[in-house]
Amino acid sequence: MPLVLLLLFGFAISTEVNDVKVVAVVERHTDDTRQLLEKFRVNSYFTFKGTVPFNEVEPLLRAGKADAALVLKYDGDRLCHQIIVDASNTNTAQTSTAYIEGVLRGDSEMPVITNTLYNPQLKSAYNFVPGIMGMIFILICAMMTSVSIVSEKETGSMDLLLVSPVRPRTIIFGKLVPYFLLSCIILVLMLLLSYTVLGLPFSSSVFNVIWVTILYILLALSLGLLISTLVDNQVAALLVSGVLLMLPVIMLSGMIFPIDNMPVVLQWFSGVIPARWYISAMRTLMIQQLPVSYVLTEITVLAGMAFAVMMLAIGKFNAKH
Amino acid sequence: MNIRTLGILLRKEILLMKRNPFIPRIIIAMPLLVMLVLPLVVNLDVKNVGIAIVDNDRTELSRRIASDMSASEALSVKAIGFSYEDALSLVENGKADAIVVIPADYSKKLSIGGEVPRLEVDANGVNATKGMIGANYAAQSAIATLKKWMGEQAGVEIDAYGGSVVNLFNPTLDFRNYMIPALMVVLIIIICGFLPALNLVSEKETGTIEAMNVSPVGKFTFVLSKLIPYWIVGILVITVGMLIGWLVYGLVPAGNIVSIYLAAILFSLVMSGLGVAIANSSSTILQSIFVMFAFIMVFQLMGGLFTPVSSMPEWAQMVTYAIPPRYFIEIMRSVYLKGATVQDLWVQYLALSAFAIFLCGVAAKTYRKRS
Repeated sequence: MPLVLLLLFGFAISTEVNDVKVVAVVERHTDDTRQLLEKFRVNSYFTFKGTVPFNEVEPLLRAGKADAALVLKYDGDRLCHQIIVDASNTNTAQTSTAYIEGVLRGDSEMPVITNTLYNPQLKSAYNFVPGIMGMIFILICAMMTSVSIVSEKETGSMDLLLVSPVRPRTIIFGKLVPYFLLSCIILVLMLLLSYTVLGLPFSSSVFNVIWVTILYILLALSLGLLISTLVDNQVAALLVSGVLLMLPVIMLSGMIFPIDNMPVVLQWFSGVIPARWYISAMRTLMIQQLPVSYVLTEITVLAGMAFAVMMLAIGKFNAKH
Repeated sequence: MNIRTLGILLRKEILLMKRNPFIPRIIIAMPLLVMLVLPLVVNLDVKNVGIAIVDNDRTELSRRIASDMSASEALSVKAIGFSYEDALSLVENGKADAIVVIPADYSKKLSIGGEVPRLEVDANGVNATKGMIGANYAAQSAIATLKKWMGEQAGVEIDAYGGSVVNLFNPTLDFRNYMIPALMVVLIIIICGFLPALNLVSEKETGTIEAMNVSPVGKFTFVLSKLIPYWIVGILVITVGMLIGWLVYGLVPAGNIVSIYLAAILFSLVMSGLGVAIANSSSTILQSIFVMFAFIMVFQLMGGLFTPVSSMPEWAQMVTYAIPPRYFIEIMRSVYLKGATVQDLWVQYLALSAFAIFLCGVAAKTYRKRS
């Protein structure tokens, strides 16, 4: 399942604008307008839907049959243009406008060259893969651990283990190790997929990626353990790990929505979400491929959290039994 | 089907809902939480693009480019330096998002004429959208400054070019307006999907369903009695959502409210049908929650809620045709922002109805009276 998720979302979650449906309103056809429209026809970012009369533009945009309309008219001898764009999605609208203006201006007289660092093809997967990894490990480690321990509590086999001469600490490690190994296998598979199918840049920084991820897995496992000491039945464990872990991870970790766009209070709140730190570390290590020294804050926070949660969970577990 | 039996069963369901303190609370609390907190979070606006300027020219023009950028609303100049390495390390540390390089002797070459020297903008592309839009902002700002400067040099007012942009349907370019209608969809997905599943499975676990199985109540009547209450809940939830949208964010649908309600009714049928179908095929609450979670995840991430469907690759777009929220989200956004009518969106309404009929059929079919 995690692999399917990674593939599905690695490809499908994307904010690229790569197919703008354009219609044109042309007042008077001349060589210039024909040349311009030809540029839109051959550009792979646009689907040119033909020319329409002006009063049809709004109905077309409203029904979603077109994303933008280009109005070309003559003011005396000068060719003027107006771009009418469906702005209901503001990002798509701004990007489409920029594309259209780029085509109109032509490249030759452009006094500014723009490049994008780290991601020359502007692939969205670069931004989302770290986020998806952050989500999947919380999902698998925390949820599965808590549910499995609580189910032992429910069936009563936990009491059996506790009265046996095995020490509680050993029981906990016995429960955690299989999930840890499982997570490591998933990690390897996910990295293989990211570097081959999704085409992330590969370099020696992969070792940093691995050990930071292992730290994160440990944190997720101890979170699962902590949840299992707090609740008594499987449904509660699922709901707690689902609502308290999943939702914040998707919403507040910066996986999809940038943290610096949030109000300050929520930005502080996002500081307690482990995935926030993990995702930001992963972006630096995996995509920008910078050395570990750039993510020291993130790693310290993650390690601190892992230690605190682990101690808390073991303490709680011992106190109870 | 017996109307009287249905009436009695419905009364039983409503009584049960009232008795359970959890359900009325969730119907009020969830919309409040989702509608008040999430719009603050779900914001893909690109603002505060940090710029590091590498000024190798050091003339009046280069200083003007820099000051115009820091005056621009979307850009904030973090540093003006003389070496590319310094600027790059700011980007690496996440302190700046883009580097603007002004080459040496830039304004001299520009005033000589001939080949136009070029500015360079390097944006951090880890987040593709932000990189692209940020670079574009910086480029536009620089171009505007250049145009003005060249005009002043030549002593004439040069009109940049005769172009203008109209942002239809969302003139203030507020991303929130785009998300709020879709968040109401999330509400219905969660509430109308989870509650019927939990309700039915808990009947299974407590064993009250056995009593129902031995009674002469028909299959359809029973399933309908499970579906109709969530219909009403769905309408309630969407009303609360629209009220919050209006009172807190001042967002009212540009189109007809009736078309929103029509879509909401169809969609809550789809979701509760799905919930009941899942509950029928699972024997424990745990199992049904797990399956529901999986559905909701896919619905939220693939339904075009956060990232537009049109940005997905071809095959993924094909997959979204099988995802009912996709249609409801399209309807909500079109009606709210563009004022679209049922005639404009008949395909979406048709698809939703088909899903509703299909899933309710599945729900009725999979419910078996077992001894």
